[in-house]
Amino acid sequence: MSRIGVFICHCGENIARTVDCGAVAEALREHPGVVVAEDYKYMCSDPGQQLIKKAIADNDLTGVVVCACSPHMHEKTFRRAAAQAGLNPFVVEMANIREHCSWIHDDRGEATAKAIDTARTIVEKVKHNKPLQTIRIPVTKRALVIGGGIAGIQAALDIADGGHEVVLVEKEASIGGHMSQLSETFPTLDCSQCILTPRMVEAYQHPRIKLYTWSEVEKVDGYIGNFSVTIRRKARSVDEDLCNGCGDCQAACPSRRIDSEFDAGLSRRPAIYTPFPQAVPNMPVLDREHCTLFKGRRKGLAKDACGKCKETCLKGAIDYDGQDTFVTEEIGAIVVATGFQLYDIGREQPAGLKGYGEYGYGEVPDVIDGLQFERLASASGPTGGEMLRPSDGAEPKTVVFVKCVGSRDPEKGMSYCSKICCMYTAKHTMLYKHKVHDGRAVVFYMDIRAAGKGYDEFSRRAIEEDGAEYIRGRVSRIFRDGDKVKVWGYDTLSHRQVVVDADMVVLATAVRPQPGIGELAQKLSVSYDQDGFLNEAHPKLRPVETNTAGVYLAGACQAPRDIPESVAMAGATAAKVLGLFSADELERDPSVALVDERTCIGCFNCEHVCPYGAIEHRDVCDMEGHVCGHVAYVNPGVCQGCGTCVAVCPSKSVELAGFTDDQVYAEINALAGW
Amino acid sequence: MTLAYYPGCSMHGTSREYEESLLAVAAALELGLTEIADWSCCGASSAHAADHLLGVALPARNLALAEAQGADEVLAPCAACYNRLSGAVHAVAEEPGMAAKVPEVLGRAFANSVRVLSIVELLQGLAPVIEERVAARLEPNPLEHLNIAAYWGCLLVRPAAITGFDDAERPTGMDDVISACSANPVSWNMAVECCGGAFSVSRTSSVLRLSRAIIEDARHCGADAILAACPLCHANLDFRQSAMSLRGEPPMPVLYITQLVGLALGLPMAALGFERHFVDTQPLFARLAREAEKAAAAAAERDAAKAARAAAKAGAS
Amino acid sequence: MARCYQCGKCSAGCPMGAEMALPPHDIMRLTIANDRERLFNDDSLWLCLTCETCSARCPNDVDPARVIDALRELAAGEGAEHAPRNIRAFHESFLEQIRSTGRLSEVGLIMQYKLRSGALLQDVAVAPAMLRRGKLPLRPQRIAGVGEVKALMAACERERGARAAPAAGGAAAPGAGATGGHHNGEDAR
Repeated sequence: MSRIGVFICHCGENIARTVDCGAVAEALREHPGVVVAEDYKYMCSDPGQQLIKKAIADNDLTGVVVCACSPHMHEKTFRRAAAQAGLNPFVVEMANIREHCSWIHDDRGEATAKAIDTARTIVEKVKHNKPLQTIRIPVTKRALVIGGGIAGIQAALDIADGGHEVVLVEKEASIGGHMSQLSETFPTLDCSQCILTPRMVEAYQHPRIKLYTWSEVEKVDGYIGNFSVTIRRKARSVDEDLCNGCGDCQAACPSRRIDSEFDAGLSRRPAIYTPFPQAVPNMPVLDREHCTLFKGRRKGLAKDACGKCKETCLKGAIDYDGQDTFVTEEIGAIVVATGFQLYDIGREQPAGLKGYGEYGYGEVPDVIDGLQFERLASASGPTGGEMLRPSDGAEPKTVVFVKCVGSRDPEKGMSYCSKICCMYTAKHTMLYKHKVHDGRAVVFYMDIRAAGKGYDEFSRRAIEEDGAEYIRGRVSRIFRDGDKVKVWGYDTLSHRQVVVDADMVVLATAVRPQPGIGELAQKLSVSYDQDGFLNEAHPKLRPVETNTAGVYLAGACQAPRDIPESVAMAGATAAKVLGLFSADELERDPSVALVDERTCIGCFNCEHVCPYGAIEHRDVCDMEGHVCGHVAYVNPGVCQGCGTCVAVCPSKSVELAGFTDDQVYAEINALAGW
Repeated sequence: MTLAYYPGCSMHGTSREYEESLLAVAAALELGLTEIADWSCCGASSAHAADHLLGVALPARNLALAEAQGADEVLAPCAACYNRLSGAVHAVAEEPGMAAKVPEVLGRAFANSVRVLSIVELLQGLAPVIEERVAARLEPNPLEHLNIAAYWGCLLVRPAAITGFDDAERPTGMDDVISACSANPVSWNMAVECCGGAFSVSRTSSVLRLSRAIIEDARHCGADAILAACPLCHANLDFRQSAMSLRGEPPMPVLYITQLVGLALGLPMAALGFERHFVDTQPLFARLAREAEKAAAAAAERDAAKAARAAAKAGAS
Repeated sequence: MARCYQCGKCSAGCPMGAEMALPPHDIMRLTIANDRERLFNDDSLWLCLTCETCSARCPNDVDPARVIDALRELAAGEGAEHAPRNIRAFHESFLEQIRSTGRLSEVGLIMQYKLRSGALLQDVAVAPAMLRRGKLPLRPQRIAGVGEVKALMAACERERGARAAPAAGGAAAPGAGATGGHHNGEDAR
């Protein structure tokens, strides 16, 4: 005979505003099998949990139903409380009367009636719940970090320093990411390279970090604690063991007119190149797309059109015939730190975006973006840190900075605020004024968003001490006018149209996730938002976790992030990973599928539909021990409890623990009033 | 496919040369335009400012007439008419209640089945034909020396939901037509900025300010002339030009797009209405003709020298 | 309207922005604030050319050009004489031309405009040059369906009256208000 307790939470006013919680308790007290029903303001709080624990002990309960929020939110909380009171946690269920009821209804009477129905339904289910035991699975204590920017480097170092091996995968030829391109960083103006390069070297030399540059994640199998990750090592055409980084090959390469990615297109590089002098590893890569030899091979030339780099290399490290190779790594946890790209104002745009025709579609040479300005201001940049504009190398005496280009612009770009632009534009005006003392720095802005430690002071300093002219209003047009760049803006504070004859214009273009993020997200079974940023499991309480257990997020792959935030997130993911690695085994929810071998007909429909590859074949033997057939077996470590196999089994031989037919029919019957 | 023709009021008045050149080009290209019988004014810039429904109903009457005539497409060469007609199609299709309200107000059936075509779309589609005809002409071609700035104004590109056949900020269709005519499109900045439009009469000072900026930028960017596809723009840039203080620069001729195509097709200037312009186009065309002759002479000289060298070589061997 | 975040991009690109006391973003703000007095006692609304640059470049899909059209309609519906005399005279003459012939005779428009605006001598010197170029046909073209056009315009005015009536508490402008005779309203110019 069931002895069930029902506990109704007010959730402050979230539920009680629309649902009469007292009435629900009263109604449930009358329900067969219910021995106690109570309501309370915050059931998840300590007094609320104590109330449940006491009721379990006092009434010798066999099941508990908590009428509150979604089980995603607090099922774990209440199951833990019940377990502390000596009850098997899997006889505790939640009836969702918040998301499914109070939040979506207005009529108090009807909402209360629905809450009562919902509670009764779950009570009927719980009558059929059986005690289950958590599954324990082994954990591979090695982490994969995807992306070698500041977030990825930090996460890798923190995990490795915590004593575990890390595989760091970077798709470019060097780690360092966007931070390596920056000149100085806000709000302290310390040199980006000076604080970053030691970390890059540390990551490279760390005995527990295995670095794969010029590599990408190809395939991810498995589950938390037991991932199997295939990594594509793109053909570098340079033998990493032989190369000593002397740079002779780069000097010998005759194709020297290729836009440098590192200098954001402001300088040229050869086809075989090290992205920048401080690259880690300090080893070139051959850009096969632009290489004369490979162009010739693609055209089908009988003889190679070039071979200068190979001729020059004393180490014999150049390999024109190498192909992409694949390595598989066994991994327990994954940190995604793929970072960002900048919105491009050009005419060609991905679906849903438009370029900025009114700003010349990026065709005016002295209209550049924020990263290009960083390169111009950087001592390692194409001008050696001298402030010279791209078109004619002249020193710009008037520079206009335009904020929110592509950001907060649902029509042409993204609706969100890119967050970092207010700060880096303030920094740009300072860097500019420090280099060109008699220059004008004019900023067109909508708002100055400078929330952060020392941030507002920093942006005020740009105005008050360095003399940046801030004009509140968006810019309508930018066009080339002789050797000037005309900027048509408006000052909404002084109510006048403002036309600036600029020498250079810097557009603070929006922060977007990296191209290819969608494919990576699918490989990892991680969801992403409409803009392509990866979704965290909970915006407040689980900000670096994803809905896929064992996959964590650091830096700008999740939303626009500045350096301090990226580093903080990286540390947080490391804490999560180290926590996971702190035990040899991992507890798993026992809601997995189970095959009845006596009735299984061995059709393996389940195997075809299982998204996790959890179905295995088991031999069936006759009396003499000869194999006479096969049946399906569900690997409980792999099964995620989705129930797809249950739906397709023609002989009804699979059941999902916690969601058996008995339980589901009991719910339906309760709801239908049968 | 039947192409109806909606001239609009200006074509019978201040922009007569636009219609003359359009009809001459249409005849030369065998377009078969059928004028909408008993068409009425589209309401232009005044109706929509007074009453939204009137701004839809006035152009819709003409679309209904075109439908009744069995047309699938209506050519509206005047940019203002094009915008109003196209806007009516859009409003009736998109705005709730309009599809029922408009026939009621018109007192006639209206299925909103006609597509409105701008002159640029029409000529852009014919660019290969024009190019072919230009290539077939033998005499020295003065247009090859013409640098011309395509002026779109507002009504052919905005609002994009109504126009939408080209990029609203950096459209290219008129440049295609210029290239097909063997002339050189100029890259400039004022292609889609407003000339002052309908304020020509009621607030001339604003028109002078705005149109002057357009002419100055065209000159600054190396244009010999401006190409227009709108009677209103043409009036502001051509008729009002003498009132602009243009700092002693020579006047800037303003051509209709159909006049340029007519010239490219070899039609006589008299048939294209150039004499109706306020800014005299003769000095420009005289200069272009001289340049063409000079270039032809230079080419002939080069050919002769080449032939002589070839002959000498043949003789030597 | 709620989408307008006052970025000023409309006013930055407005060809008439320099001449307007209330450029587009101010018009949007005052419309949200429902400040009819300031909107209607200023000629900015009437200085709009409907070039649509504001709407085309608006980052948040607000349509200032349509809002300004609607405000002008509203202003006229209230019977107040807010528009500058010249611009009002132009629009009124324009519609009157359509009403009487079905098409616009530019000569007729100019004559009417001169009478309404009082700018009798404006552009008089250029008339002979226009005539010489055959650009001013003196005889208006009167279409066969002029009655139909007149009926259409009357129907639209009835519709507008019906729309305005509840809002204006029954004191809607009479149907003929928009085109009636000379106005002695204040001229802001």
